[in-house]
Amino acid sequence: MSVTLDIRLKRANKVYHEGEVVAGVILLVCKEALQHHGISLSMEGLVNLQLSSKSVGVFEAFYNSVKPIQLISSNIEVAKAGKVPAGKTEIPFEFPLITKGNKVLYETYHGVFVNIQYTLRCDMKRSLLAKDLSRNCEFIVHCQPQKAKVVPTPVNFTITPDTLQNIRERSSLPKFLIRGHLDATNCVISQPLTGEVVVENSDVAIKSIELQLVRVETCGCAEGYARDATEIQNIQIAEGDVCHGLAIPIYMVFPRLFTCPTLETTNFKVEFEVNIVIVLHDDHLITENFPLKLCRV
Amino acid sequence: CSNWRNYEAELQRCRPEAAPVEFGDYHPLKPIMVTDTKSRRGARKGSTSSSSSSSSSAPADPLSSMLDGTDPLSMFAAASVSEAPAMTHSREKEEEVVGPDFEPWSSKRGEILARFTTTEKLSINLFMGSDKGKTCGCILDLPVCMCVQGSQRELLNLSQQDYANRIEELNQSLKEAWASDQKVKALKIVIQCSKLLSDTSVIQFYPSKFVLITDILDTFGRLVYDRIWTMCSDPRPLPDSFTVDDVNDTAKETCLNWFFKIASIRELLPRLYVEAAILKCNRFLNKTGIQETLPRLTAMIRGIGDPLVAAYTRAYLCRVGMEVAPHLKDSLNRNFFDLLGTFRQVSGESVQNQLVQQRVEVPEYLTLYSPAINWILQCIAYRAPEPLLTEMMERCKKLGNNALLLNSVMRAFRPEFVAARATDFIGMIKDCDEAGFPKHLLFGSLGRSLACADPPESERLTILNEAWKVVTKVRSPQVEYRCYDYICDHTFYYVSITFIHLSFISRSQKREVNTVLADIIKHMTPDRAFEDAYPQLQSVIRKILTYFQDFSVLFSMERFLPFLDMFQKDSVRVEVCRSIMEVFIKHQVELTRDPVILNAMLHICKTMHDSVNALTLEDEKRSLALLIIGFIRMVSFGRDFEQQLSFCVEARATFCNLEPVLVQLIHTVNQLAMETCRVMRGSHSRKTAAFVRACAAYSFITIPSLSSIFSRLSLYLLSGQVALANQCLSQADAFLKAAVGILPDVPRSISVEGKLRSSESFLLDFINNFLATLLVVPDHPEHGVLYLVRGLLNMVQDYTWEDNSDAKVRVYVSALPLLAAMSQETYLYSIPKVDSNETLYGGDPKFLSEINKLCETLIGQILDNLKALGRDESTRRQGALAFSLFGVLLAHGDLRNNKLSQLAVNLWNLCHKHGYCETGISVRTLEYIKHQAQQHDMTHLTDTVQRLALQSRT
Repeated sequence: MSVTLDIRLKRANKVYHEGEVVAGVILLVCKEALQHHGISLSMEGLVNLQLSSKSVGVFEAFYNSVKPIQLISSNIEVAKAGKVPAGKTEIPFEFPLITKGNKVLYETYHGVFVNIQYTLRCDMKRSLLAKDLSRNCEFIVHCQPQKAKVVPTPVNFTITPDTLQNIRERSSLPKFLIRGHLDATNCVISQPLTGEVVVENSDVAIKSIELQLVRVETCGCAEGYARDATEIQNIQIAEGDVCHGLAIPIYMVFPRLFTCPTLETTNFKVEFEVNIVIVLHDDHLITENFPLKLCRV
Repeated sequence: CSNWRNYEAELQRCRPEAAPVEFGDYHPLKPIMVTDTKSRRGARKGSTSSSSSSSSSAPADPLSSMLDGTDPLSMFAAASVSEAPAMTHSREKEEEVVGPDFEPWSSKRGEILARFTTTEKLSINLFMGSDKGKTCGCILDLPVCMCVQGSQRELLNLSQQDYANRIEELNQSLKEAWASDQKVKALKIVIQCSKLLSDTSVIQFYPSKFVLITDILDTFGRLVYDRIWTMCSDPRPLPDSFTVDDVNDTAKETCLNWFFKIASIRELLPRLYVEAAILKCNRFLNKTGIQETLPRLTAMIRGIGDPLVAAYTRAYLCRVGMEVAPHLKDSLNRNFFDLLGTFRQVSGESVQNQLVQQRVEVPEYLTLYSPAINWILQCIAYRAPEPLLTEMMERCKKLGNNALLLNSVMRAFRPEFVAARATDFIGMIKDCDEAGFPKHLLFGSLGRSLACADPPESERLTILNEAWKVVTKVRSPQVEYRCYDYICDHTFYYVSITFIHLSFISRSQKREVNTVLADIIKHMTPDRAFEDAYPQLQSVIRKILTYFQDFSVLFSMERFLPFLDMFQKDSVRVEVCRSIMEVFIKHQVELTRDPVILNAMLHICKTMHDSVNALTLEDEKRSLALLIIGFIRMVSFGRDFEQQLSFCVEARATFCNLEPVLVQLIHTVNQLAMETCRVMRGSHSRKTAAFVRACAAYSFITIPSLSSIFSRLSLYLLSGQVALANQCLSQADAFLKAAVGILPDVPRSISVEGKLRSSESFLLDFINNFLATLLVVPDHPEHGVLYLVRGLLNMVQDYTWEDNSDAKVRVYVSALPLLAAMSQETYLYSIPKVDSNETLYGGDPKFLSEINKLCETLIGQILDNLKALGRDESTRRQGALAFSLFGVLLAHGDLRNNKLSQLAVNLWNLCHKHGYCETGISVRTLEYIKHQAQQHDMTHLTDTVQRLALQSRT
């Protein structure tokens, strides 16, 4: 006897804001009538923090992962024990997305050490002989748009051998001059990161120019805090020996789920940076780092 | 059974009363005017809805008058047209931008594939991430994440064909993956494919690779678009001109998802290509999506370092752009300007290194660009305003007159535009840097435009002279052609065509064209270079033919025939001759005797004729014969008949393998004889008599070589008649005797248009025709009376007719009127200056009794046959036969003779006995007889008529 349990949200993009109502249906499909001991539905918003093995020892990282922070939680009984008729059954539900107290609903974020996730979970209890059924469904919370206006502040940059840090032998470096600008470093998350980069000249041919989007996650805990930077994505904007003196556009869409407005709380921080990486043909790697401030408008 | 008839009086009686015929409006053959009102809305595939309505302007047409000129269909059509604009508004706007005159990519495809080939080994490096690979810390659910540890496959040592097959396999697996809902796999395939485009390792093959791979991208784009489209088609399909508001959220979300996925593709080139492939999907998301994306993608292409890869990416973007949003011209221009901006890279170090490594010459490398640049320029130039083109030209000029660009500009822009600035262009070509791109190629391209549009009158001569200087410098083909093997195909040809064209429009045609031809011959003869250039040489001929319709001028060019001699491959040679002949037949209006034309044409026709062999198809033979006949008909030596005859003799010797030509020649000679007769007003002098006898002799010895028996028969008859008309009695006799002589050889069935059919009806027709001629043929003094008639009847008697056929008896029946006519005092018709039997015998009773005897025998035979038919129970045939004999007796027999009138009555009864006679015909026959009986000397018919009972069906 097969039975499928599913949660269908009304909104196709599953995006909700604080104060809105998460509405949808529980969908039950079974070939014959189904006996059960009650169906319940719960909504939960959690921040999961994890310490990286770099910051603390492996064991500690494993056991001492910081306690999750609950942002929202509620539970309702959808159906009392009884029978579900054969065929397709839809049970509609609604959850108001309202926090208790002064808690804030952070925006959904999937990271490495910080995870902010909102889920709906539907459980169907059944007799001893049959397994209980359950189904999870993630929905996405976008935080309220920021009130203050974002004024883009362009950032210009010039990269030459002289501006570089962290180099072993400055003398072995080929000559190059790379100029460019980012249209803004305080970015609206729904809009791409834009700018331009111009290779004015370079002794060695360029192999590739890439944009590396990096998240910087900080977890605070009793013993101090751990701060880790990891790559989200790497986008190539130039390949091969590009024409000198010609502006190459910088363009990167912020990926959904993996980015969120820059977040700073007492327990953890989520920040973003972008690296402009220039790979020369002799495999020299030149990186210019720009901290970003993401926001939602 | 004979009587003395007065043909004149009979004719008078037969003439109907002159009844004036009123010519009304109505005529069954008057053309019905059909007005075709078509409301065509462009030719975009799938959306063409054309309706046509026809209304007849003939007032008599009941349909149109009833409906007041508008038929229901056109009313509907009109209604739908008036409804349509609201609905298809945006579509129409689009169509305005790209019309059918835009040469689509699909037509370029094949050309590129055929042109850019390689014998080097190719490799495909596919890095397909496995589905359950380990993921690193980046985007989890994005399958596109390229840090997946997957299988890397490298296929090495592929031949070009293998490569194309592999790509096609990928195309198939893309479709399969899509069909089995493996969207992720599909995307991976597409990404991997577009990644192959960054590989320039076998650079000569790059354009073809581009073609193959963009096919896959097109497929992908279509699949994605269609899928999102179907997601919105519930409850009813989206209209063509849908807006964002018509798209439901799920579809939007799916579409958005695609764009997010693509935006996170690591490498630049696949990201660009895949996003360009699904550019059209922006329509689902927002109004301005496409017009924002195009400039962005255009700018992103700047990030591609390899100029060749970049140029092709631009070409792809323009291609997609033209398809999806042709009104967005700006990004097309932008693309071109960027291309110009980065053009200096071509001579850059990395490119040069690559060329050295791959051992590719610069000129060859440069030609790899031409499909891309041509395409981009074609998109730009399409319906572009003049100033834009001028600007483009200026920009190219600024780049130091780069030959490659110049070449593309000349090819892409409208010929009129180029032609109008031909002098400028020549200047630019002259200033061009010779290194890299051969100048004659540029002249080739210029020629291409000039071949379609004329430069200003005043500049023509200068252009011709300037261009000529360059072309004469083009070295011998061994150097040029071997080196640019792959580009030679059009060049020399276009250069030549140009000059022919130029010379023509500069009105100094003959000499110049002759020089050009001489030059081509000089270039092509060494090393038999012409063997590789037949198509081009053929076009040269075609071009010449369009200009020179005066064949005397054409053939007086001394280089023309030597030029023809370069076509040494038989099939091509015949093809060329054929095209010349076609033009000749079409444009030669006046008959000609010009020896130059005749010689040349004979040579050409002989070439065609000599190509005929045992394997030649019937159709081929027929068409060749038609062409040659066309030529023969154009030949006339005016009053110089002997010359004409000797031409025919020569032609017969030359074209002996084509029967239709021989037939034509016989006709020509017969016509010649008649023409002579006309000129001499019927009485030949000794000289002309000898000439017409020579004509007859010509026919007489030509006819037996024909294989078709019926052509032989009819030609014998015809030639016999001509001989008679020319008072060549013995010749006429010989012709007719020969015709009778071959009668037994007529096969029972002949093939008509490939089908085997009974020859009987043809034979009967011929015999009737023959009998009619025999009336005027005088008997030969040495042979017996009615020698030919008897001979014919004997042949008929002996001929093995088909079983169950009355053909023999029918011949007998139709011989009776002849005999009746022969027994008249004056014959129905005669030939001037030829004494027929009427004069020879002067109504000699012996002669008449001979005729009577013959008639009796014939009637006896017929009656025997009728009896036999009665026995065989084939009464229908018996009736028909009896009726026809009755008819003959009635018309030609003397019914005053009791025996005869009794016979007629019996026949009448016989054919009514079984009721197979049509009552209508019987009634009309009776009426005719009654009418005849009222004539003064025909009263005897009244008796007969009373004895003819009309059997009623009851």
